[in-house]
Amino acid sequence: MIYFDNSATTKIAPGALQTYQAVSEQFFGNPSSLHVIGEKAFHILEQSRQQIADLLGVDHDEIFFTSGGTEGDNWVLKGTAIEKRAFGKHLITTTVEHPAIIKSMQQLEKLGFEVTYLPVDQFGRINPADLKAALRPDTILVSIMAINNEIGTCQPLEAVAEILKDYPNVHFHVDAVQGIGKGIQTAIFNERVDFVTLSGHKFHGPRGTGILYKKRGRHLAPLLTGGGQEHDLRSGTENVPAIAAMAKALRLLLADEPEKVKRQAAIRERLFNYISQSDKTVMFSQLTPDFAPHILCFAIKGVRGETTVHAFEEHQIYISTTSACSSKKGTESSTLKAMHVNEKIATSAIRVSLDEYNTLEEADVFIKAFDQINERFKKINS
Amino acid sequence: MQYTEIMVRYGELSTKGKNRNDFIGRLNGNVTKALHEYQQLRIHPKRDRMHIVLNGDDAQGVIARLRQVFGIQNFSPSIQVDRDLDAVKKTALAMMQEIGKPGMSFKVNTRRSDHKFFLDTNDMNRELGGYLSDQLPDLEVQMKNPDITLRVEVRQDAIYLTNQVIQGAGGLPVGSAGKGMLMLSGGIDSPVAGYLTLKRGVDIEMVHFFSPPYTSDNALNKAKELTAKLVPYVGSIKFIEVPFTEIQEEVKHSVPEGYLMTIQRRMMLRLTDQIRAKRQGLAIFNGESVGQVASQTLESMLAINDVTATPIVRPVATMDKNEIIDVAKAIDTYELSIMPFEDCCTIFAPPAPKTRPNLEKTRFYEQRIDVDALIARSLAGIKVTEIKAGEQFLNQDEEIIAELL
Repeated sequence: MIYFDNSATTKIAPGALQTYQAVSEQFFGNPSSLHVIGEKAFHILEQSRQQIADLLGVDHDEIFFTSGGTEGDNWVLKGTAIEKRAFGKHLITTTVEHPAIIKSMQQLEKLGFEVTYLPVDQFGRINPADLKAALRPDTILVSIMAINNEIGTCQPLEAVAEILKDYPNVHFHVDAVQGIGKGIQTAIFNERVDFVTLSGHKFHGPRGTGILYKKRGRHLAPLLTGGGQEHDLRSGTENVPAIAAMAKALRLLLADEPEKVKRQAAIRERLFNYISQSDKTVMFSQLTPDFAPHILCFAIKGVRGETTVHAFEEHQIYISTTSACSSKKGTESSTLKAMHVNEKIATSAIRVSLDEYNTLEEADVFIKAFDQINERFKKINS
Repeated sequence: MQYTEIMVRYGELSTKGKNRNDFIGRLNGNVTKALHEYQQLRIHPKRDRMHIVLNGDDAQGVIARLRQVFGIQNFSPSIQVDRDLDAVKKTALAMMQEIGKPGMSFKVNTRRSDHKFFLDTNDMNRELGGYLSDQLPDLEVQMKNPDITLRVEVRQDAIYLTNQVIQGAGGLPVGSAGKGMLMLSGGIDSPVAGYLTLKRGVDIEMVHFFSPPYTSDNALNKAKELTAKLVPYVGSIKFIEVPFTEIQEEVKHSVPEGYLMTIQRRMMLRLTDQIRAKRQGLAIFNGESVGQVASQTLESMLAINDVTATPIVRPVATMDKNEIIDVAKAIDTYELSIMPFEDCCTIFAPPAPKTRPNLEKTRFYEQRIDVDALIARSLAGIKVTEIKAGEQFLNQDEEIIAELL
């Protein structure tokens, strides 16, 4: 079995799973309880927060626990809109964001906010000059993803940060759900960034966990009000075992990060170099350094992406059409559409996404399977 | 850098005339205790300086420990080099590269106790200074107030190089001024008072009042953990828990609300004083700061102090809260102190305590309780523990958690 669908979700790390179970058993209290059982749970919760803060190079009071990437994205957008509506009603994002951003923006548009969607070039990348032109006195938020989930483009976060230095009141959010552990942490957590969204299950943590980094001094209205957890900004009894497991998964992820990134890049390079030789393929991801090391998106011309996914499945290789969230709906890729890729080719797109456990040997097996599949489709497709 | 020796300069004790030997002996003992885990090093306390020969022990670890020993003004790690000019140059260059940053200035300062060495002081300064400024073009030679002074000591056996002066903790060797009791609550002020007391050479024992179930185990553990923060300055500290529940209930029951606090404090002071007498302490120390809260007005102090003639020293009495907080942060007690566990100073606190209690009335109301019997029962229940470096009380799950995460 070869799992090449790590941008959809990752397999939980055995160590994280052990932590989940041990914490469920030994630290089962509610962190808000006054007695010693509650104390213990509170303590491991706060230690988890501290560990995550240390790993990300931020302070513990800047880390908030959420249920995942979707909540983080929703929270920053809607929380900013509520908090800063008196200062302006204009938000900026890109045309290639995850639906958690796009749909939230659309919801805000219905409520009277105005949204600018920055266009992208043929590589899915925004032009910082477009951002500069889009900024207005009533702009309250700029939200840009670190790494595109469909084709792996790294957005120019540092150039954006440079521009936003002249707009200190504008909230700058980075959706880094695909970006953590991929060697770009300094760009994600650069000093101008105010908010960062992360999702636990994308880095071998449990489902239903997420991290929102909120820079100290920035204000965000809560979406979930209630018992006052997370400094009254995110109510709901803390998911202590999952949070502890996520803290562990993050530590494991970031150990020897450069080495792991190099390995993934090597696998991707081998796949790219082979697949791109075929005259039947179109490569959307590139090998240049401004693409993520772990995502490879391409199309086999004339074959629907869904068909290709199932063809690989016969070889026990698991990949996806572009994004897992939209793949079952059969909708075409929004990123490719934003890149003005021909619609017919876009429906053929598939995505290979790697993690630090994948190997070059798996790449070779994939290449063999690719050859067979490509040959087979040539017959029906010439 | 692989330092071979640390030269320690004494603090105020240089001025102490005849008592000098006592002080040096005490400091030697304290340094020995602070460095007990280092087996190889040897301590040589001399009349004007102390030399610690590392014999391969970790210099950085030793330096971290020495910073917390009172009675040390400053110290310099040095490297022993063969009496060979090339060896001196090579080591000196590495030392300067380690701490020198572009734009800094330096000079070489040579002393010779061996006048037979083939270079004299000036020759050595010129030879080594010239070599270093050739090798390190980013550094500038400056004779007056340079950023770095590289000291070269030519001795009979070897040549010693040092280019750093690390500030010590100052003060007097702990124990040289006798022993006192510190009234430790769990707040910001009393640990700071404890630190300042230790700094003046006083060995302290902690007196902590606890009132279960009105106060939680957390409050007690917090006080112990605060004590553990001060332990590195002394080696170990005795922690005395004094049960206070009965007294608080009795006072609450019998005394008018306005005088609750004053009379409670008088009881605490009586208890502390008796413990002090029994344990041969010479004074009582606390974290009171004039005017900070109702119990710390001069009127309150007068009414509370009335129960004893023992010296009560208040190291932070005239400091502003912010100044106290600065010290608390520097000694790493602040974050602990602000943890929100109720201590016995705040329970039963009346909404409006008397800020100007009347001494006569205080004495009068106090007659309503059986002071001697209450004190005797409380003293019968005290518990003394010894707190050592690195002990943990609040978060005993720490190791389990570290493994899980």
